[in-house]
Amino acid sequence: MTVFMVRRLMQSVVVLLVMSVIVFLGVFAIGNPVDILISPDADQLERERAIRALGLDRPLWEQYFVFLANAAKGDLGRSFVFNEPALRLIFERMPATLELAGTAVVLSLVVGIPLGLYAGLKPQAATSKGIMAGSIVGFSLPTFWQGLMFIMVFAVMLGWLPSTGRGQIGTFLGIRSSLFTLDGLAHVILPAVNLALGNAALIIRLTRAGVRETLLQDYIKFARAKGLSHRRVVGVHVLRNILIPLVTVVGLEIAGLIAFAVVTESIFAWPGMGKLIIDSINQLDRPVMVAYLMMIVLLFIVINLIVDVLYSVIDPRVRLQDVKG
Amino acid sequence: MTGFAGPTLEVRDLKTHFFTRGGVVKAVDGVSFEIGKGRILGLVGESGSGKSITGFSILGLVDPPGRVVEGEIRFKGENLVDQPEERLRAIRGNRIAMIFQDPMMTLNPVLRIDTQMIEAVQAHHSVSADDARQRARDALGRVGIPSPDERLKAYPHQFSGGMRQRVAIAIALLNNPELIIADEPTTALDVTIQGQILYEVQKLCRETGTSLIWITHDLSVVAGLADRICVMYAGKLAESGPVDDVLDRPLHPYTKGLLGSVPSRNRRGSPLAQIPGMTPSLMSLPDGCAFADRCPRAQGDCRQAVPPMAEILPGRLARCIRPHLEDQA
Ligand SMILES: Nc1ncnc2c1ncn2[C@@H]1O[C@H](COP(=O)(O)OP(=O)(O)OP(=O)(O)O)[C@@H](O)[C@H]1O
Ligand SMILES: [Mg+2]
Repeated sequence: MTVFMVRRLMQSVVVLLVMSVIVFLGVFAIGNPVDILISPDADQLERERAIRALGLDRPLWEQYFVFLANAAKGDLGRSFVFNEPALRLIFERMPATLELAGTAVVLSLVVGIPLGLYAGLKPQAATSKGIMAGSIVGFSLPTFWQGLMFIMVFAVMLGWLPSTGRGQIGTFLGIRSSLFTLDGLAHVILPAVNLALGNAALIIRLTRAGVRETLLQDYIKFARAKGLSHRRVVGVHVLRNILIPLVTVVGLEIAGLIAFAVVTESIFAWPGMGKLIIDSINQLDRPVMVAYLMMIVLLFIVINLIVDVLYSVIDPRVRLQDVKG
Repeated sequence: MTGFAGPTLEVRDLKTHFFTRGGVVKAVDGVSFEIGKGRILGLVGESGSGKSITGFSILGLVDPPGRVVEGEIRFKGENLVDQPEERLRAIRGNRIAMIFQDPMMTLNPVLRIDTQMIEAVQAHHSVSADDARQRARDALGRVGIPSPDERLKAYPHQFSGGMRQRVAIAIALLNNPELIIADEPTTALDVTIQGQILYEVQKLCRETGTSLIWITHDLSVVAGLADRICVMYAGKLAESGPVDDVLDRPLHPYTKGLLGSVPSRNRRGSPLAQIPGMTPSLMSLPDGCAFADRCPRAQGDCRQAVPPMAEILPGRLARCIRPHLEDQA
């Protein structure tokens, strides 16, 4: 376990370093922020002063090492636009995104696993065929179109739910979240459902496939030969086995939802990190872009680690020493 | 139930067919036998002859596209065919237990041994987990697993194949069933363990009156164990009778062929005989005797109609119109 953790940590540092180079080069290639930040009618002298102030006069490799040295101290630079630390900007908006993504994950699990189980246990039933057809639709609808339809139907035509922004924020056990107020819940429903739909479809299909495969195993027949109830066979023997593939996918899904909530956040004007990154790309706010991307890389690393640890908890055959990261 | 005097299990004309896309597979096609209390029946036959499916049919565990299409399975007088699932569930693992063929696949890889044993007790008896654990410990002891307390906390992958099979056997013994269906349970075990298990099982049958169906293709195992033997070929019984009679003086040419292909001490040096040809497809069986194409004695009339299972000698049945009568003393 400790050996595993140490090796995993070292791997993570390497991944972070490699990603930082790629991110740095990538962001550099997008465009020169000076063109946007400095008014076009500023004179040459002013221009040069600004460039020097932002550190953009130095060669790229030097900029990179300055960034790296600061990053090691936990400073990922200041936003060109807001003149605030980039990390603070990101952390300010992170709760909103986590709230949205978390709700979407829970929704997709609560909907996806039972429907997938049903479809897997009764593959011939008309309901199961309906569920599977529905999952293909949920899978293939483009998020932005689906979001616009939700707004049109539930906010504009029916007027049931608000379509933009985050609702009132409540405090519960010291945690501040809009999930703790009715107004907040009303606001989160549409964007969360929009975000959850594709994932629910994926989880339905994954659960169904897992159930179909597990049911064919000898140990399931043996469990039935012991006289166990159907409920116990499915709830313990089948479910414990399909958790293994589910955990992997759900782990990556969570990371994906947080990182790529961009579209949904834009449509529903959700004040999260996705909206921040879109704005900073438009304004070529390099430090924010770099900090955001590095945070996302870190997020993927952490979630992968959690998934691997969970793996060893669920599947006794997996020992952490054996896992190659 | 206590006063029931008839056989523990009586199977009459059992037919289990699989309705596949390619056609109907007649895996079990008119099998009849019975087992008395405390008796041991050996069910032998080549791979694919329908032995396991016969066992699964008795427990009502044939999965679609298969189903029991005809026949009766009377357990202590009660016909199990078409019983509601809840009734069968109460019998499975409690009054009839089954040991599966492949020990590597029968235990759930993600659950601990104790979980898998305790649940088997608690499915039928409302006892505390501690009492159930005690029973599990005893059962493991009976099949010769050392330090059962420690072993109970292990996962299946920490056991060898032989150990896993012993766990499966222990699970079958847990609820002291009246009938055990053992599907090639000792194939994965080494000879000493095999002997030990056979001894245990025989003792159990004698002491508790448990009846046993021992499925195997190893005739030498059945010889020392079973009272009666049924030889299966292509979903049907070819021959049945007391074990010594059948093995010493087989009536059916197929049984004789099987015996000829078993190495034995008194025939050392002479080449092993092989049955020529292959088992026919269960989807398109010939009109006549299914063994005719491989049979040295077959003549034209063997291929016209399936011979009936007939009592050729007292207590000895064979499905053959040219049985080996010349060998009989
Ligand atoms: N799900 C299924 N679909 C179609 N045919 C099947 C199915 N299951 C079993 N069969 C057929 O039933 C026949 C009997 O199978 P069974 O498992 O009873 O053989 P067996 O005598 O136990 O053989 P072995 O010694 O290899 O275990 C096989 O020939 C197989 O083709
Ligand atoms: Mg078999």
